[in-house]
Amino acid sequence: MPTVRMTVNGRAVSGEIEARTLLVHFLRNQLGLTGTHVGCDTSQCGACVVHVDGTSIKSCTLLAIQAEGAEVTTIEGLATGDELHPMQAAFREHHGLQCGFCTPGMVMSAVDLVKTNPDPSEQQIREGLEGNICRCTGYHNIVKAVKAGAKAMNAGAMKG
Amino acid sequence: MHNFNYHRPNNVADAVTALGGAGDGKIIAGGMTLVPTLKQRLAAPSDLIDLNGIADLKGIKAESDGITIGAMTRHAEVAASSLVKSAIPALAELAELIGDRQVRNRGTIGGSLANNDPAADYPAAILGLGATVRTNKREIAADDFFQGLFETALEEGEIITAVHFPKPEKAAYRKFAQPASRFALIGVFVAKTKGGIRVAVTGGGNGVFRATDIETALAANFTPAAAKGVKLDPADFNGDLHGTPEYRAALVSTMAARAVEAC
Ligand SMILES: Cc1cc2nc3c(=O)[nH]c(=O)nc-3n(C[C@H](O)[C@H](O)[C@H](O)COP(=O)(O)OP(=O)(O)OC[C@H]3O[C@@H](n4cnc5c(N)ncnc54)[C@H](O)[C@@H]3O)c2cc1C
Ligand code: FES
Ligand code: FES
Repeated sequence: MPTVRMTVNGRAVSGEIEARTLLVHFLRNQLGLTGTHVGCDTSQCGACVVHVDGTSIKSCTLLAIQAEGAEVTTIEGLATGDELHPMQAAFREHHGLQCGFCTPGMVMSAVDLVKTNPDPSEQQIREGLEGNICRCTGYHNIVKAVKAGAKAMNAGAMKG
Repeated sequence: MHNFNYHRPNNVADAVTALGGAGDGKIIAGGMTLVPTLKQRLAAPSDLIDLNGIADLKGIKAESDGITIGAMTRHAEVAASSLVKSAIPALAELAELIGDRQVRNRGTIGGSLANNDPAADYPAAILGLGATVRTNKREIAADDFFQGLFETALEEGEIITAVHFPKPEKAAYRKFAQPASRFALIGVFVAKTKGGIRVAVTGGGNGVFRATDIETALAANFTPAAAKGVKLDPADFNGDLHGTPEYRAALVSTMAARAVEAC
């Protein structure tokens, strides 16, 4: 079986996998990082979104072997110790979740969105989260959370 | 998904060799169409040849009369490219309308063309702008490239390397998205090119095509009303739960008019 090596949340990891292993399965089953969810498995819901080399992708639609040598960040890699990432904190503060199943993907997509657009409008947030489906919230609080999270991320960036 | 052998060549020649040497090899580009297809076991290739390691296939460059986009260039790169925005803004806008952010971060122009989904966006731009598809073997004019439902002029083992777009005088794309999938229920690309007016329609059902009646009307009078006034025959359109053939046919004239307005 081929061996794959990559950096996940700053840690060098490797594993023997079948070529057909999806990145999400490598993360969940081999690395035990179960924060990344599988909602649809048909590339539509975004529960599986992680960052690969700095951009958000659907990890159910990428082969683990294609991430050879890549820098991967999952929801587990966002917080600093006990301190939540500003986007995670904003989701908690603004009640941007109910069951929480879609939340890891929502947060990962939102962080990527704010990186390219530091001050997104409500419309841009809704468009930016086009690939993330939530069955519970009706999206209003998610949009509020992303708006607040963006502000907090910018304030953090300014503090350096 | 069935298992397969995985190859990651770093140049086109090695990719062609790997493809030729495989029992039933298939190229993987962005994987946004292929991986879901493999999961459903609608395809079960013996070998996957990954083009993601081939630097020569990536990037956007200016060429005398327009721009050239490498086959492995992601939708997100085309949408954000200042080169595309200044030479052919309609193309950058179209790329921004494809699927969602994560699909745009992985999906490629070469993959979209090779796949030729009847509701995909890029085929409308390629045909509307009269672009040229470059492969490892030859150049194929847009008018010859698309051959109906998921069919293209590509031969066995042929790899798209780039697409060349001549700069139009004016162009615009208007898409009525199917709200769940974001694919085009109808998308219309209108361009005023050196060779005349071209109107390409996607989402009709049987693959991208040129609406010649609208082209003729616009050649005489380049106004939204002229486009809107053309009635297309519903018999040429597909019907499904998202829209009847009559609805799709009517949408073409409406979207064409909006595109003309945006030109
Ligand atoms: C949720 C979702 C929403 C989407 N919405 C839209 C939409 O609104 N509009 C739209 O147009 N598309 C949409 N797509 C499709 C998307 O644009 C795909 O990226 C695209 O159709 C295929 O490109 P790819 O690079 O991912 O190719 P892949 O999936 O890797 O390959 C597709 C096919 O092309 C072949 N191929 C790939 N590259 C080459 C090459 N260089 N030479 C020869 N053959 C090649 C492969 O062998 C395969 O058969 C959507 C996809 C998803 C998952
Ligand atoms: S699990 Fe990946 S998009 Fe739904
Ligand atoms: S909070 Fe339940 S799916 Fe989004």
